[in-house]
Amino acid sequence: MLENAFIIPLIPAISFVLILAFGKRLKGGDAAHWIGIAAVGVAFVLSIVAAVQWIDRSENAASGDGHAPVAEHHEHDEHDGVHTEDEGGESHEDSVGAIGAGGGASTILLATEADDGAAHAPTAEPVISQITWFQSGGVKHEVGTYVDGLSVLLLVVVSTVALLVHVYSTEYVKGDRRYVHYFAFLSLFTASMLFFVLSSSILQMIVGWELVGVCSFALIGHWWEDGENSNAALKAFLTNRVGDIGLLIGMIILFFAAGTFDVFTINDMIAHGEIEHLVLLVAALALTSAVMSKSGQFPLHTWLPDAMAGPTPVSALIHAATMVVAGVYLVARLYPVFYDGYAIQSSSFNVLALTGGFTALMAAGLAFAQWDIKKVLAYSTVSQLGYMVMALGVGAWTAAVFHLFTHALFKACLFLGAGSVSHAAHHTFDMRKMGGMKKDMPVTFWTFVISSLALAGIFPLAGFWSKDEILVGALQGQSTGYPLMLIFGCAVAAMTAAYMTRVIWYTFFGEYRGEGHPHESPKVITIPLMLLAGGAVLGGLANLPSPVADKIGLGGFAHRIETYAEPIDFLGPLGFSVASPSLGMALVGLGLALFGILVTYLYFWRDMGPHGLTERNRYAKAGYTFLEKKYYLDVLYTDIIVGSIKRPIARAAYWINQNVIDRIVDTAGESARDGGKWVYKYIDQGLVDGAVNGASATANTSGEGLRLVQSGKVQHYGALLFGSAAVLAIIFVIVI
Amino acid sequence: MQATGFDAWALSLVVFLPLVGAIVMMVIPKAEEELHKLVAIVASLAALAVGIYVLINFDYDASGELQFVVDKSWIDVINSRYIIGLDGLSLPLLVLSLVVVPLCIIYSWHHIPEPGNPKAFLILILILGTGMNGTFVSQDLILFFVFFEIVLLPMYFMIGVWGGENRQYAAIKFFLFTLFGSALMILSFLALFFLADGTLGGTAANTFDMRALPAAATVINSTTAVWIFGGMFMGFGIKVPMFPFHTWLPDAHTQAPTVGSVILAAVLLKLGTYGFIRIAIPILPEAAVEWAPFIGLLAVIGIIYGALGCLAQTDMKRLIAFSSVAHMGFVMLGIATLTEFGMNAAVFGMVAHGLITGMLFFVAGSVKERYHTLEIARLGGLLKQAPKMGWVLGFATMASLGLPGLAGFWGEFPAILAAYNPAAGLAEETFRTYMVIAAVGTVLAAGYLLWLFQRTAFGEPSDEFADEPIDDVLSTEWIAWGPFLLGIVVLGVYPNLLFSITDDTVVSIAGLVTAAVGG
Repeated sequence: MLENAFIIPLIPAISFVLILAFGKRLKGGDAAHWIGIAAVGVAFVLSIVAAVQWIDRSENAASGDGHAPVAEHHEHDEHDGVHTEDEGGESHEDSVGAIGAGGGASTILLATEADDGAAHAPTAEPVISQITWFQSGGVKHEVGTYVDGLSVLLLVVVSTVALLVHVYSTEYVKGDRRYVHYFAFLSLFTASMLFFVLSSSILQMIVGWELVGVCSFALIGHWWEDGENSNAALKAFLTNRVGDIGLLIGMIILFFAAGTFDVFTINDMIAHGEIEHLVLLVAALALTSAVMSKSGQFPLHTWLPDAMAGPTPVSALIHAATMVVAGVYLVARLYPVFYDGYAIQSSSFNVLALTGGFTALMAAGLAFAQWDIKKVLAYSTVSQLGYMVMALGVGAWTAAVFHLFTHALFKACLFLGAGSVSHAAHHTFDMRKMGGMKKDMPVTFWTFVISSLALAGIFPLAGFWSKDEILVGALQGQSTGYPLMLIFGCAVAAMTAAYMTRVIWYTFFGEYRGEGHPHESPKVITIPLMLLAGGAVLGGLANLPSPVADKIGLGGFAHRIETYAEPIDFLGPLGFSVASPSLGMALVGLGLALFGILVTYLYFWRDMGPHGLTERNRYAKAGYTFLEKKYYLDVLYTDIIVGSIKRPIARAAYWINQNVIDRIVDTAGESARDGGKWVYKYIDQGLVDGAVNGASATANTSGEGLRLVQSGKVQHYGALLFGSAAVLAIIFVIVI
Repeated sequence: MQATGFDAWALSLVVFLPLVGAIVMMVIPKAEEELHKLVAIVASLAALAVGIYVLINFDYDASGELQFVVDKSWIDVINSRYIIGLDGLSLPLLVLSLVVVPLCIIYSWHHIPEPGNPKAFLILILILGTGMNGTFVSQDLILFFVFFEIVLLPMYFMIGVWGGENRQYAAIKFFLFTLFGSALMILSFLALFFLADGTLGGTAANTFDMRALPAAATVINSTTAVWIFGGMFMGFGIKVPMFPFHTWLPDAHTQAPTVGSVILAAVLLKLGTYGFIRIAIPILPEAAVEWAPFIGLLAVIGIIYGALGCLAQTDMKRLIAFSSVAHMGFVMLGIATLTEFGMNAAVFGMVAHGLITGMLFFVAGSVKERYHTLEIARLGGLLKQAPKMGWVLGFATMASLGLPGLAGFWGEFPAILAAYNPAAGLAEETFRTYMVIAAVGTVLAAGYLLWLFQRTAFGEPSDEFADEPIDDVLSTEWIAWGPFLLGIVVLGVYPNLLFSITDDTVVSIAGLVTAAVGG
């Protein structure tokens, strides 16, 4: 499977075509989802197979004692197809034991320098299969699949959530007027996303990146009859295009710096210091703008909350679990670019970390001022993506990827839960029309609460582990800590817990304020919820810190993501290190989350605290309005920037076109005509009358229709022009 | 190397079979409308069939060399010869032209625009076909010029007779504007003839032979070369059209009948860009380097300016016309870099733009037929009333905004990429600035195209048309559009189909540029 990973995206792609072609004919479209479910199911199974094979491969590649010098970066040839080099493997248990013995201090060293017994086992070579995509200047550029721990992890995440969302959707969008199209685009999205995560070249990444964007566009605008939805779709696409300027430029810079689009070669060259630092800095800055748009980072995050106009399962799949992490994935995949470009190793502050940290904080603030449950979750997603970006910025690669994984599980669960609630509450997402739904929909309630706690980072749920790793990463950094990011991170931890508690209060507690009687959703909806909630509970096992793993008798099961996914071979020469677990940090993080919950609990359940402050206090009110208006960014973008380009600037340009440039042309034409008249009157009629008449006569006989045209005129123009050309020619020859 | 046997006739057949069809139709009475259509389609398909023969027998390993070459004496007095041949640069454009003509005839089957008269209309299309095919295979400047000019008249009549309300103004503007450029172009050709030294067998000889001119023109001093290039720049640049010579285009497109617009966008504009790569740059590479920053500047102005023009439009067809200005800006930017990447992108961009914008004009034409208006404000809800057509429009807009995976991307992205690292002798700073501007242009492109799509296809149909039955895509439309849609996807997914063909020729042209700068 590792060599033939292209099959995984291919199957949903075929499903897209099949659904478009035959979907309508399957029971009038009502059974179109089976094609999609089958395809995504197969992709899911194959992804699992790939994961198992990858684990197997890394175990074989792992050299147990940490002493044996493993082949240093092998001389690869990126153009010759499959890398199938297997390095002799000893038992990997030892290597994990070694990490455990080292107290978890797993500073990663270049494999050849690994002689202190605490070295991380070297990860296996990625499996790369490529074919020529196009050639230019005799150089062939390839497209293919790049399978390593990171892409395999993403394959599993994407196909799992996609599968559950497909199943959930059969109920949620049942009877929709474009049921067939809906499933077609879900398939296309799944295919594009899988294609993207398997990218072996940066050009392929651009392609996948844009394709998921267009699926997002189509699905946000699924109910395009309503102008608001199509506006949201356009906004999403165009905001992403703005970020894509950076994507294109960044990739172009990398291409010329490395002389290839090949991901492996680019990373390898950077790791070996073959690309100038300044070039990487510019590339990293450009790519960061792409991350801002796709992964909803400030200041290009504004499209993401609006994207909630799409159907809820779409929000869960695309706008929470998968597509929006494309930016995070991009950074993780091309990490050497950022690591070197931003000098993450030696700094305690950089643009990436700041973007992430600030976004996390800013969005968490906005989440308090929303009444639409999906928008709270959207801002929460923005905030959590900020966490991931911040983690990457501070050098906590594994923590970012780990959080990507756990977040996909609990946030998908939350979105699907919100959908379930809305299904019950008369299709509203307004929390003011909910309340008291705890007793009516117990499954939804409990899964929602579990996922919320996971999101808030409560021990021992998934989010606790990954968030903790991020905070530890910020605390320790690479060589110095990132204090500002740590403060942001801690504040967000408390805020996250608080705004989720607020959501739970408004949705599930108190009295029901909506229409009709809420009821629990059918099993097609609740089973995916339960599965995802299960993931939210157990997801932390994916990368348990080794002291904890030892304690609970899972010693061999620590740092799985780190072991299998971290591309040490690239980062090794850069001196990459992984933060060591810290009990203190864990307690602080947990404490902050509990504090957030406690305060909100007292505020809502016990009715304590400054209720009605926003009405009484001018400043509080202004602050709240500022949040409610989303910092006025939408006004700036939509009304001021886009508005001015669309109306005054475009119109001014067009006015110039019509009244200046075209005026010149018309004037030239008119004077030529007047000149022609003059020539005609005084020269033509007098001198060469006969010849011209002959020409016109010929023209007039050439068909009835043709006579409609002022053919005579053309002759004159032609004659005049050639005449003047002849004059010019004479001048020309004389001059030369 | 001269071709022999049927190969020697192949390209001539490709060029003149449409003309033969046109001549046959001239003697058939006008009333026999069905027969006219039949003859027209047979003639164009016959040319396509020979084209396919050429496509099959083309030696792709030697795509950098001219094949199917015929070299016969023609106008001895000026040493102009009938030289035709085909290499990797001409092939894609010839195929584009060969495919577009029959599809336009099929589309016209039920769509002969007012005031009717299929005989004359189809004859004009066939003559256009001959002119376009001839231009792409000519290897002699005079021959090239003749074919280049042949296309003017049929298009002029097409716009002037079958066009919209303001057709005469548009037709004359189109005609004169291009003719003006042509006049300067022929001047340059003449200058080349007199100044270049095509020494044959020891005796100095003047020549129009495009194969010999790159070597022969090296004797021209550089100031003169810059002037000569300028003449060609006007000729080709107006045809492209480049800002600020573009104003004929929106008028011509808006007024032209649907197939006129399609042919104009799909093939005619490419005559200009093709001329740059085929003639201007290889013959005068040094002058090209002098001109390139200026051309690049006009190209990026065109990209932004065309996009802004689009945003200001209220008419769907005029908007698509303006988008051509922006898209051809990308093509010209690619050319201006004078690099392999840039010129490959340019050729790809020509074909992609031909397919995509051709497709957009088809849809616009069909929308006009159904709604009798193209005023964007009066349209809306196309997806509801004619869902298939709505999706085709959506597909074409996505392709047009350069979505990866569809053809447009491969003309746009590599052109932007090439600007980062232009040919030796060009200022990197300048071209990197162009690169950023062009990248901003992609955002604006997405803006005007999606906005167009939103206003015409999304939402509810306007009250005016809400109760009118609107036909969805008809079968003749599917037949005519199918190859366009297929081509857009296939080239988008596997771009090497085109790149591998054009690359060799482009490499040798870029090599001439490098050599000129180095020497």
